[in-house]
This record gives sequence, structure tokens and C-alpha cells, in this order.
Amino acid sequence: MAMYALAFIAFTFDLARRAAPAAEVQTVSAAARARREGAATSALSADGATQAGGGSTAVLEATAPPVNTGLGHNDPAAKPSKWLRVAMALTVIAWLLHAGGTVFRGIAANRVPWANMFEFSLTATAIIVLVFLLVQFWQDVKFIGAFVTGFALLFLGIATTNFYVDVVPLPPALQSAWLVIHVFVASLGTGFFALGAAISVTQLLQASIGGRRPRFLSTIPDAERLENLAYRLIVIGFVFWTFTLIAGAIWAEHAWGRYWGWDTKEVWTFIIWVIFAGYIHARATRGWRGSRSAWLAIIGFAAVIFNFTIVNLFFKGLHAYSGLM
Amino acid sequence: MASSRPSDHFDSPAPEKPAEGVAQPKLGLVGYLRFFWRQLTSMRTALFLLLLLAFAAVPGSLVPQRSSDPNGVIQYTRDNPDLAKVLDFLQVFDTYSSIWFSAIYLLLFVSLIGCIIPRTKHHLESLRTPPPKTPARLGRLAGFTTTVPEDFTPTDGMNTAQAAGSILDANRDAIDSAQRILKRSGYRTRLFETPVRGGGTEISVSAERGYLRETGNLIFHISLVGMLVAVGFGTGFAYNGQKVIVEGQAFTNTLSNYDSFSPGRFFSDEVLVPYTIGVDKFTTEYEEDNTNAYGTPIDYTVDVSTDTPGEGTATDTIKVNHPLRIAGSSAYLLGNGYAPTVTVRDGDGNIAFSQPVAFLPQDANLTSVGVIKVPDALPEQLGLQGFFYPTVCSTDVCGDGALTSVHPDLLDPTLTLNVYTGDLGLDAGVPTSAYVLNTDDLTQVAGREADVAGLLLKLGDTIELPDGLGSVTFDSVDRFVSLDIHHDPTQLWVLAFAILILGGLLTGLFVPRRRVWVKAVTGPDGIHIEYAGLARGEDPTLESAVSDIARKHSAQLGLKLSK
Repeated sequence: MAMYALAFIAFTFDLARRAAPAAEVQTVSAAARARREGAATSALSADGATQAGGGSTAVLEATAPPVNTGLGHNDPAAKPSKWLRVAMALTVIAWLLHAGGTVFRGIAANRVPWANMFEFSLTATAIIVLVFLLVQFWQDVKFIGAFVTGFALLFLGIATTNFYVDVVPLPPALQSAWLVIHVFVASLGTGFFALGAAISVTQLLQASIGGRRPRFLSTIPDAERLENLAYRLIVIGFVFWTFTLIAGAIWAEHAWGRYWGWDTKEVWTFIIWVIFAGYIHARATRGWRGSRSAWLAIIGFAAVIFNFTIVNLFFKGLHAYSGLM
Repeated sequence: MASSRPSDHFDSPAPEKPAEGVAQPKLGLVGYLRFFWRQLTSMRTALFLLLLLAFAAVPGSLVPQRSSDPNGVIQYTRDNPDLAKVLDFLQVFDTYSSIWFSAIYLLLFVSLIGCIIPRTKHHLESLRTPPPKTPARLGRLAGFTTTVPEDFTPTDGMNTAQAAGSILDANRDAIDSAQRILKRSGYRTRLFETPVRGGGTEISVSAERGYLRETGNLIFHISLVGMLVAVGFGTGFAYNGQKVIVEGQAFTNTLSNYDSFSPGRFFSDEVLVPYTIGVDKFTTEYEEDNTNAYGTPIDYTVDVSTDTPGEGTATDTIKVNHPLRIAGSSAYLLGNGYAPTVTVRDGDGNIAFSQPVAFLPQDANLTSVGVIKVPDALPEQLGLQGFFYPTVCSTDVCGDGALTSVHPDLLDPTLTLNVYTGDLGLDAGVPTSAYVLNTDDLTQVAGREADVAGLLLKLGDTIELPDGLGSVTFDSVDRFVSLDIHHDPTQLWVLAFAILILGGLLTGLFVPRRRVWVKAVTGPDGIHIEYAGLARGEDPTLESAVSDIARKHSAQLGLKLSK
């Protein structure tokens, strides 16, 4: 029985490993590549179109929704947004594989797949991409696709090469329902912050580049619209983050005997909370709207990443669950 | 609005630029106070303080803190003595209770209170005030929509006055139905009939909703203050203490029984309820199937029996995520280890020592360090210092070097001890740590520095000490648990405020506050209805909300909306 269980764990785990990182890195990278090429060709072809002054192309371009100017430059007759659609399809497939791999990892471990750094990277990037895909139903934000997929790719790469650990059982301190809630909501918050930061970067690009702006920027919404969009996403992220803090405090009370102890991870979660609180206030302060608050959003997300990587790996604290020695 | 929010709030009217060349009036003392208060409660200051707070919290994560990692501070001071002096002067080892950190958050909270009070006052007033007058021109407001003007033909035989009256009635009906729609969607409404220049009356409904937004906003900020106060009181009256308890032993909750104890400022030992926690059994479970994690702990369970004054006895369990709640305090399982029972006979053959001694674990496989002090040994006091290995690594696997434990469970328990004689320094009245043996004034009689090698005992072994000093027996080994006992009287208050904060945040951010007006306008080409809205705070869906109302209302009246 024990042997069977062991074999099963090893087997599904192997499956998970094959299904998730390997497949994903390939497809996500393909998606990201497609996306980058799409962006590059869109810029190129837009130039070409203006030079050639081809009537039909110009009409197509004018009626195309934002970003969908990705005409293949070798194939002027191709429909607009071909690359974009390929990229989106690839992103969806990649995400399905990614999510599948993550679920398998959970089954292999017989628990939620976010109990160490490798698993958390897996889950958090899956959630970031999921939030990105879901937001499409509400607003067209495909223009940050390159950012999102690139980010997911980078993080999965780092996770598989540097954070990878075998499935091990939960230490007693993690055996709590709060593991499910606290960490999951934290990664949801991270997902919204990531999108907010991506849009803020685009907003800064839009705002800072004056006269000769790259063509692709004229195909996406203007800075003010981007700012409003980023704000709405970040506000959702902020609510999740607040919940993460509270849930973490309740769990800390159960496991460590105090709800707040200025542990390094607690400190950084607090810092992030304060930065985003600052962001929300900046939005309401005259003279701080626009680029300044966008910088705050980016700094906030940088702090999230710092909290996850540097603080986990190099700072001493109670949240020492990376699974790495 | 202008009076309730800081002057530089985005929703406040833009400040008038002072005319150039105009001398500023001289400020008196009150004027200066007012000026500083204004500055402190402005949005810009609040934002600055917030960012400063985030920044000021950073050093505390870079340098070990006395509150959470006292040993780290000692280590740091040893490694960088000069830098540590500077850091200590700057209170960096106590960042979160330092003067500068406290100054920032206290200023922030003063600024916050300075903002909350006028806003609360204003909000309470606005809750009692009906919506404001409909603006004369709606055309410049958000989501402005009109219906196609419809010629109102008076019934035959009416005179001008009657015709005007029936137009008014039609308008009144239209606005009434708009009011019903708005009321149903949660708006507070008020009807206006204003005489228009050139005769006639303009009828409109002014509606406002989302008062909950400001309520939530205020609850969020007030709860932050509440939380700070609760935390402040909590740390004053809280206490926490640690106690190592070996299986089979019990602990009674009195000050002298704790191994270490840190009370809050207003603590008095009368609050300690003298309950007893007896550790009946400590069970551990280690992973045995998964080769990747062989020997990692899966479960710790402490079976305890308690005796609380006034409540009697009970049995319970403590796990890592499941503290024991007892008499207003909580006992947490924060550590565990082994306590070998050692019997020491002195040179005369009398039992000088026989009890379990907790050895402190040093690694994941519970290689543990411990000290046994035998002050009653004759002719000289004995001190023993050594290691305990629950599963010692055999020399044919690990070589002849230092011993180590390879599994946390008791598969091959081994005890190694160095033996010292001399004055243990226990009679001087100076408190000494039970886990440290000061060997400066002692003579090693067994160990690397002595002629006789250190003792190596398996379970049940007895080894004679050199020079007829007696013998040492390794009788048995038990588990010990290290319990943290905490009491924080305001913990639930903090939780309540945290929930209010979350609730306030949700309503304060996601309930839209908006005004909507519907006005019937009689123009040269007939009657038309105008719709417009005004956002108060972030409101991305205002335009669609106004157009929804316009669509519903015009459909009800059978009117067409003009593009």
C-alpha cells in the first residue's frame, strides 16, 4: 500500500512535471515570441502601409480595434490581428497546460499546490495569466499581453531552474485552512497588481513620448484611460491584499501565538499595503495624478516581486517555507 | 465638499492663485497654528507620511529586530560591533518602537484624525440634507442625454392658461415617474419647480445615491485609528511567557514557573489565573514513505490535561495550528525536543541527580545540546555538558568525525557527555542559565582535554567516572514541549476593527457616489427631458448608469432618445 502510494505520488508527480513546466515554457515562449513578432510586424507594416498608401489597408487599419494592426509584412492580404489572435490562442493553450500542470502538482502532493516557492510561482503565474485572460471579457487589454506572457515565462523559467523542489509533505505549521485562503488571495492580489503595473508602464510610455511616438502606441488607449483602468485593477488588488494581511494575521495568531510580530515577510506585506494605500491617495491628490501615481503602482508591484523573491530567499524570518536550503 | 475634504483633494475646487505683488497678511500665533494644522491635514502631507512610513519600515527588515529575533541582534552586534553601535543609537534594532518610526505613524494618525473629524461632521450633515438644487444647465455634465422634443398639442378649446397648466401637468407626471425610477434604484430624491425667465415653470428631480461610499470610507479610516488604539492597549496589558515541559510533568501558571516572561507595561501578576497544564503525551509523526522527505515531521500532537480554578479538569490537545485556549490566554506549541533522564551517583554511591533534562535541538534531525548540573555531588560539584542524538549516525557510514543525528525519531538514541568538576557557581545567588555551563573555573575530567575520553552512553548504559567520582547512567528519554503562553486582551477588538476596515474598504471603494438629474424642459419645438449625472469620487460607470435611467424612463413615457 505504501509502495503503491509512493509510486502513485512519483508517477503523477512526474506527469505534473512533464505537463507543466516543460510544455508551458515552450508554449508560453512561443506565445511570447509570437506576441513580440506581432508587435514588431505591426510597427513595420504600419509604416509600410503609410508609405504604400494602399487604400484597402488604410481602411482596414482605421476600422481595426486597438492593437489589431498586426499585418504580416510578407503577406499584406492577411487579415488584421492575425498575430494577435495566434498569440491569444497560444496564451490560452499555454494557460490550460499551465493550470493542468499546477492541478496535477496539487494532486501529486495531495494538497493545494502553493506550499513552497516553486509551487507558489506555478500558481501565482497561472493566476496572473488567468486574470489577464478574464479581464479581456471586460476590457480589451491585449496590448499588455507581451508583458504578461513575458513575465509568466520569466518567472516559470526561474521557478523551474532555481526553485524546483520535489513533492514533500506539509510541515505542521502549514497544516491549516488558512494556507488555502491566505496564499490564494495573496496570489490573486498579485495578479491584479501585476496587470495594474503593466498598464501603468504603458501609461507612462504614452504620457512621456511626445512627438515621434512608435506606431504601436497610437493603437492603444491614451494615458488617461490607461490610468483609470490601472486604478480599477489595483483597487481590486488592494482589497485582496488587505484581506491577505488580515487572514495572515489570524493565521499567525493560530500558529505563532501573535497576530503581528514584524517578521520580515509581515514587514514587506505591510510596506506593499502602505505603498498601494499611497497610490490610492495619490489618485485623489491634486498634482499627483497621472505619471506620479503610475510610478507608485510600478514601485508597489516591484515591492511585491521583491517580497516574493529576495525576502523569501535572503531574509531571515518565520515565512521560511521556500523549500530551498 | 470644500470644507470637509483637504483643500488639495482632487474633488475640491482648485485653489485661487494669489495675485502677484500682494503682501501676505501677517500670521499671528493662531494663524500659524491654523497654517500648520492645514498643512498636516492636507492630502499631500498624508501621502508623504504614508510613503515615508513604507520607507521607514524597510530597515527593520534588513537588520534583525530585538522583538522578533533577539539572538540575531546579539550575533549582528558580535559580527559588526562598530556598525551595531551606530544602529543601536539610531534604534534600528527596535525599528518599530523607535522614536522616529513612532513619530511618523503618530503624525500620520493625527493627520488622519484631522481629516476624519470634519469629514464625519460634514457627512452626518449631508445624510440629513436632501439632494441639492438641479443645475440650470445640464448640458455640460456627465452622460448628458435628451429625448427628442415632442410637440405638446393642447386639447381643443383650451385657453392659454389652461394649455400652460396641462403642459405643467404633463411635465409633472414625467418627472414623477423619473423620481419613482430613481427611488427604486436607491437614490434619494427631491423635486424642484423653478420659475423660468420668460414665464413657465421648469420641473426637475435631483437625486443622489451612494452615501454608503463616504460612510465606508470613514469607517475604514476610523477603524484604522481604532485598531491602533486597540493594539496600543493590547501591548500594554498583554504578556507572554515560555515554558519547557517534559512529558509527564505539569506547569502551573504563576510568574515564577515560567522559563522566560515578557509582560506589557501595565501587567500585574494578579491577572495570571493559576491553572495547571499537564503534558500527558507528546506524539510525533515523521514521513516514512516519501523518499524526498524522509524523516520530515508531519504532525506534532500534545495531549494535555488541564485544571482551571472554577472550571475543573479537562483534557485537550495542542497542535501547531491549534493552540489551547485556557482562562483568557492561549498556549501554543512552538518547539519540542528530547529530555534524557540521567542518574548521577557521586563518589559515595549516593544518587546526586536523577531527572529528565531538556536538551535543545540544533538541527532538523534533533541533534541536541544540553547541560546537567549536579551541585549535590560529593566531594566536588559535577557539571556535564554534551550532545544527544536520537538516531546517531554509525561510524561506518559517517566516518570517525563528529557524531551527528540522521533521523529525528528515537532509532538509536545516544548521549555523549564531557564531565567537569569544580564550583558550578550556583551558590553565588547570581541567576544563571540552565542551558549554559560556564567551564572557565571547572576542570575537565572526561573529554578531549582530559586523560579520559568523553562518555558515550546508549540507552541503559552506566559509565564509571574517573578518579572514583561516581557514575553516570542514561536511564530513559522523554519528549519535552516548549509552550508559549500568551494573553492579549484586545486581540478580538483588533480583529473586529480589521473586519470593519475590510468592510469599509469594500464599500468605500466600490459603491459609486453620484448625483443624477432629470429635468423636463419646454422649448420652442416642444417638451423634452434632459438627463445628466455628476460623479463624486471615482465612478467609472456613471455614464452608463445615466444612460440606463434615460433609456428606462424614456421607454416608460414612450419618448425617443436623441442621438
